Amino acid sequence: MTRAAVEIPTKKKLRVATTSLAGCFGCHMSLLDIDERLVPLLELVELDASPLTDIKHPGPCDLGLIEGGLCNADNVRMLRVFREQCKVLVAMGACAINGGLPAQRNHLDIRDCLQTVYLSGHGVERGFIPNDPELPLPLKQVHPLHDVVKIDYFLPGCPPSAEAIWQFLTDIIAGRTPHLGHGLIKYD
Amino acid sequence: MHSPLDTAEHPEKLRRVVIEPVSRVEGHGKVTILLDDQRKVHQVRLHIVEFRGFERFIQGRPYWEVPVMVQRLCGICPVSHHLAASKALDAVVGARTLTPAAERIRRLMHYGQILQSHALHFYHLASPDLLFGFDADPRKRNVVGVLAAYPDIARQGVLLRKYGQECIRVTAGKRVHGTGSIPGGVNKRVTAEERDELRRPLSDIRAWAQAGVALVTELHEHNRDLYEQFGTVKSSLLSIVGRDGKLDLYDGVLRARDAQGAIIFDGVEPKDYHVQLRENVRSWSYMKFPFIVSRGPEEGWYKVGPLARIQNCDAIGTPLAEAARQELIADSHGAIVHAPLVFHWARMIELLHAVEVIEGLLADPALLGDELVASGPRARTGVGIIEAPRGTLIHQYEVDEHDLVTMCNLIVSTTHNNQAMNEAIRQVARQHLDGHEPTEGLLNHIEVAIRAFDPCLSCATHALGKMPLAVEIVDAQGALVERLVRDGERL
Repeated sequence: MTRAAVEIPTKKKLRVATTSLAGCFGCHMSLLDIDERLVPLLELVELDASPLTDIKHPGPCDLGLIEGGLCNADNVRMLRVFREQCKVLVAMGACAINGGLPAQRNHLDIRDCLQTVYLSGHGVERGFIPNDPELPLPLKQVHPLHDVVKIDYFLPGCPPSAEAIWQFLTDIIAGRTPHLGHGLIKYD
Repeated sequence: MHSPLDTAEHPEKLRRVVIEPVSRVEGHGKVTILLDDQRKVHQVRLHIVEFRGFERFIQGRPYWEVPVMVQRLCGICPVSHHLAASKALDAVVGARTLTPAAERIRRLMHYGQILQSHALHFYHLASPDLLFGFDADPRKRNVVGVLAAYPDIARQGVLLRKYGQECIRVTAGKRVHGTGSIPGGVNKRVTAEERDELRRPLSDIRAWAQAGVALVTELHEHNRDLYEQFGTVKSSLLSIVGRDGKLDLYDGVLRARDAQGAIIFDGVEPKDYHVQLRENVRSWSYMKFPFIVSRGPEEGWYKVGPLARIQNCDAIGTPLAEAARQELIADSHGAIVHAPLVFHWARMIELLHAVEVIEGLLADPALLGDELVASGPRARTGVGIIEAPRGTLIHQYEVDEHDLVTMCNLIVSTTHNNQAMNEAIRQVARQHLDGHEPTEGLLNHIEVAIRAFDPCLSCATHALGKMPLAVEIVDAQGALVERLVRDGERL
């Protein structure tokens, strides 16, 4: 089955915010891996808050793409802001969907982790555990996004491929229900 | 004692201004600035606010999983972690020397990464400040603005990054988080077709890389005072250099110079890094503060990354990049350059070098070899050091008789630059903020200085932190998901 070409909405660009919570930015890299197609995409999309812009807090948006799970209180706060501001919210990549590799710490005792890194760590001198109020509260365990807010779409992969992200975005832009065909859904 | 502006005497009496999040950098960081009634700056700190615990949860895993696990530290430079871990574990599987094909395939992967990461940093993230001005309209001060105002420059950046990513895909299997490198070598050969595919666009790629060097040189020329003085603080320099003293981003020995360029140490084998470098902890950042042991924790901080590397090596082994390096050295009349904004110039010289190295590798028949893995007498420990795009990256592992990792220590590039970035933003605060109401444009000056170091704050967040307060997390229906703990104890 062939798909119709993306219809270009002439009036209003789709407003899109993106953020990385407890992720590695790999999903954002995969988004940039659409390469030259970034140019036509940015003709259809207006970037709001994103690591690529200097807008620090999202305004009302049509779409929010979130990479990474929740490992601290700041992540939770930012996720709630995105849910309030974005009509459609997407959990992008393995960490957003199930915590990903950072969730490997979930079976460990947090005090033991702290001591390993900051007290008994190799080559650490005069070690102690950072405790300034400017540092956000870590969660006891790493959580996926849907533990806290309603998520509209899940885009799997570590990271989802550029092709998958492109297919997803062009479907949304054209007003279609996103459909990732054969080979685009991978759980690596 | 810490440097001036590190810690205010009476923070409770001061006004707090926060930049959160620091944008157009990789990862999560924030800056806090404390001002008095006269808007005099008393304290400036770059906080690394995340923690992910890699060093701990790697323990107990089989060693062969490690190169694929640790690259999830960072999606921008996953290859650095993939290769630094592989190099450390080469020692564990006894692969003292890699096969000729494996060595070349790993180098192609690594220089592809240097190319894509430097292109991303300059064109997608940092160039808007340099092309539009630090206090330009924040709505335009991004890659979309560059695409509109300078479409050719932006397009070349996109295609340079694409080319680097393709070198990674061919060698690692996919562009982000590939699996090509394994302890002892690689698991995938490069075919003649893949090599030819990569050779085809090379002349364009080389020309665009040269145009990139010309662009930063011109920007520097046009605003010489700003580029030389903005956030400049002298410090020592650290990198690996090849065993012949030339620039080598994949392998070599540790060398450090002082602020005037005199050698502090040289020829230090990776396994002995801990003799020269140790780390300190501060209460207000999850990122540690490394220092050169012989200089002590107060004076021993240093810079890593492109600006350190191209001044630390004796020469660059490829002609175009070496000519560009000579121009940079001549520009300062041979004095060591410490200016953060000159990082951009050095970074583009390295980008050009990466293109030349890739060109050489693609012309080398040994790249296509199919002997991919070496082995030898097993060892219990290994240290791998590589020059990641942002600077020196150290991975160290101990493995037990069951092949499980018992110890993991990581010192990532951005951590080495922790003090240097803090000193740079304090200098910018003195130069530009003192006495002024901190507007968006002025605060972006702070971020410009941070961006110059191309920090990878995700890489820097492999540690875990403590909970100073208590918080409850509830789900969309209001049900309790988690109750946070205080001082490591459950409430």
